[in-house]
Amino acid sequence: MPDRVGIVAAAMTKFEAAKPWQHLAELVLEVTDKVVEAAGISLQKDVESIVSCSQDHWDGRTISSMPIPDVTCGHLKDESKVADDGAYAVLYGAMHILSGDHKLVLVVSHCAESHTDGTIIENWSIDHIFTRMLGLDYTLAAAMQARRYMDKYGITPEQFAKVVVKNKGNAKKNPYAQDSATLSVIDVLKSQMLADPITVMDRKPVSDGACAMILATEEIAKKLTDKPVWIKGAGNCYDPHFLGDRELADCDALETASKKAYKMAGIKNPVKEIDVVELSEYYSYQELLWTEGLGLCKRGEGGKFIDSGKTQLNGDIPVNPSGGLLSGIPITVAGMSRVAEAVWQLQGRSGERQIPGAKLAVAHGCGGICGQMHCVLVLGN
Amino acid sequence: MSHRVAITGIGQTRHSGRRPYHNDGEMIHEAVSLALADADISIKDIDTVIIGNMDLFEGHYLNDAMLADYSGSIGKSGFKMNTGGTVGTMEVITAWYNIASGQSDTVLVIGWEKHDEGPVTSAITTIYEPAYTRWFSVGALSGLALLSDDYLRRANCPMEIGGIVRSYMSENASRNPNAHLREKYTVQDVMNARMVLYPLTLLMICPTSLGACAMVLAKESKAKKMTKKPVWIKDHVTVHAEEGGGLFDALSGGPRRTTETEAGKTILKRNHITKPLEEIQLFEMYDPCPFFHPFFLEDFQLCPEGEAWKLIEKGLTSREGSFPISPSGGVMCTNAIGDSGTLRVAEAALQLREDAGEHQVTRKVTQALASGFGGSNWTDLFLLTNSLD
Repeated sequence: MPDRVGIVAAAMTKFEAAKPWQHLAELVLEVTDKVVEAAGISLQKDVESIVSCSQDHWDGRTISSMPIPDVTCGHLKDESKVADDGAYAVLYGAMHILSGDHKLVLVVSHCAESHTDGTIIENWSIDHIFTRMLGLDYTLAAAMQARRYMDKYGITPEQFAKVVVKNKGNAKKNPYAQDSATLSVIDVLKSQMLADPITVMDRKPVSDGACAMILATEEIAKKLTDKPVWIKGAGNCYDPHFLGDRELADCDALETASKKAYKMAGIKNPVKEIDVVELSEYYSYQELLWTEGLGLCKRGEGGKFIDSGKTQLNGDIPVNPSGGLLSGIPITVAGMSRVAEAVWQLQGRSGERQIPGAKLAVAHGCGGICGQMHCVLVLGN
Repeated sequence: MSHRVAITGIGQTRHSGRRPYHNDGEMIHEAVSLALADADISIKDIDTVIIGNMDLFEGHYLNDAMLADYSGSIGKSGFKMNTGGTVGTMEVITAWYNIASGQSDTVLVIGWEKHDEGPVTSAITTIYEPAYTRWFSVGALSGLALLSDDYLRRANCPMEIGGIVRSYMSENASRNPNAHLREKYTVQDVMNARMVLYPLTLLMICPTSLGACAMVLAKESKAKKMTKKPVWIKDHVTVHAEEGGGLFDALSGGPRRTTETEAGKTILKRNHITKPLEEIQLFEMYDPCPFFHPFFLEDFQLCPEGEAWKLIEKGLTSREGSFPISPSGGVMCTNAIGDSGTLRVAEAALQLREDAGEHQVTRKVTQALASGFGGSNWTDLFLLTNSLD
């Protein structure tokens, strides 16, 4: 895989708690226009294939990709939809190019979480024979995972709160972010409790928005931009569905996915080699758990890792300099926006949140109950 | 299409209208076990698991994750595809991309639907644009009736063709133990059935079935070790269009330029096929109602415009004919949407392997087409062969 798929450009909407003035297709139109302009290509002539990511449940529509070809010049073109996280769509788009079937692919994802009650949708993702009727949603499940993580490894709510303080602080430097704030650990701990130990600040806020990017072959990417970003490695993996079948304090699937991606990218010592990480923390504790899964620290050391300050914007290995999902990114767009942020870091286009001299980045998307499935992409410039 | 990707294992459940004694996972597991046994491998040999169905039909969100315990995807990579009627074929294409890109060596594909668990027509109605067209659209039938009526008028085709097609399809399905509607009907039975939406009578409409189809796909070096009868994906193409646009293209007058014509031209040209009805011997078609046989034969560029129904009248497309369409009984007799497309590829592969049993066609098959249809008249088209040399 190394250096054969180039990301030419990426674009996002500003993320907001609600965008009632925009139809879902208009969200896609906005990012498509932006990314096509940034890449300097013709949507009609140059784009051979369109890969999108959205969810029928969130859109309230069977074939949620139905309006996509309309706003992406998809008339009589190759078009497909991945119904996982946005990072999966980037990986699938890359496969189109690696296979030699297509030279230039547009990848888009959209979601307007404000249109519906997400807790009901989350409940519908849970096994319907044995567990769904308990009324579990992702926040309740996350509370169990966080509690297990605390019990097994002695991680504290203060350490979770540090993630919120860092990410909402970083978001102040990100013009696309929805929520940003200067907070203290006490502010987070004193905020409204949702499901112990998850407070309202520990959870990603409801958000609307979209993200897009242009993927191309090595040859075309080099022609289109002097700052191509290469997909160097990728991996994705599932954990079991039944929570009782999993050790919730560890993330086996993420470990498998990241090992595969690192092997492909030739990374031996992730914490030394990687310059910046953008990961999908739907809840604050997940950032600590996912840093373990990504091999940045050992199992159970996520708490110490945030305490060390290494993941701060000016640390050795900044995690979520964009503000992460806690700053407000909708589901499905989540993973793709992580890739987009990593692309901008590697292109040196991240403005105030730029990590100087970033050469190698990791972007992570996940989905399902307690992060049941993970997708890891290693990007380099 | 320089990559050599083969289908090495096929498994399908029996299809029916109800299956109260099995949940979704158990149904899928049945198809997966059969496919793995057919390929003579275990789940440990699989790198990637791809699932496809339409979420709102059963109501399960992220069901690739929900079904991980049954599909065998734990500890493996995977994708969930979701593209409407074409989802079954799209997941085979996703498997092809996984292998052709070098990301996986062996992929398990699962297409499934359990239509008794939700109100399918209500869910299909949400396909239509919410502000303008959803209010006067009902399910899939309105589009199918429009396309059928358009063909009848355009080609000057008599209504009886619908009866003839459904009649030989009922004969085909009666020979297929896995088909859902297996009763035999005469032309008169079909024509005298209650008119539901002109020109479609009750017997011309595809059922809502439940079932699953699983396939194992592998790269060449692995495929040759797994089976003596690999079926190769020689070519495939996806042609979709904008909301409503694919349908309007098919219904508008003037020279025909539809997703089917574009897909047909691409496949025939890329594979240097000049006499399709001779060089290709079979078509497992996504045929939701009888008039799609002549309509698709023409739009896929297999015969001249206005001629297909005459060839069908002469028996070209029956199981004993020289170009059988859907000898399995097709979507008209078995329609679990997420598996309908997967099943088309699987049934075409069974014919190429000469493993179709009682519904094996009489003529020798070396190349076969399989198609997917859905969305706003979207098309996926495959060319399969049992020998690449």
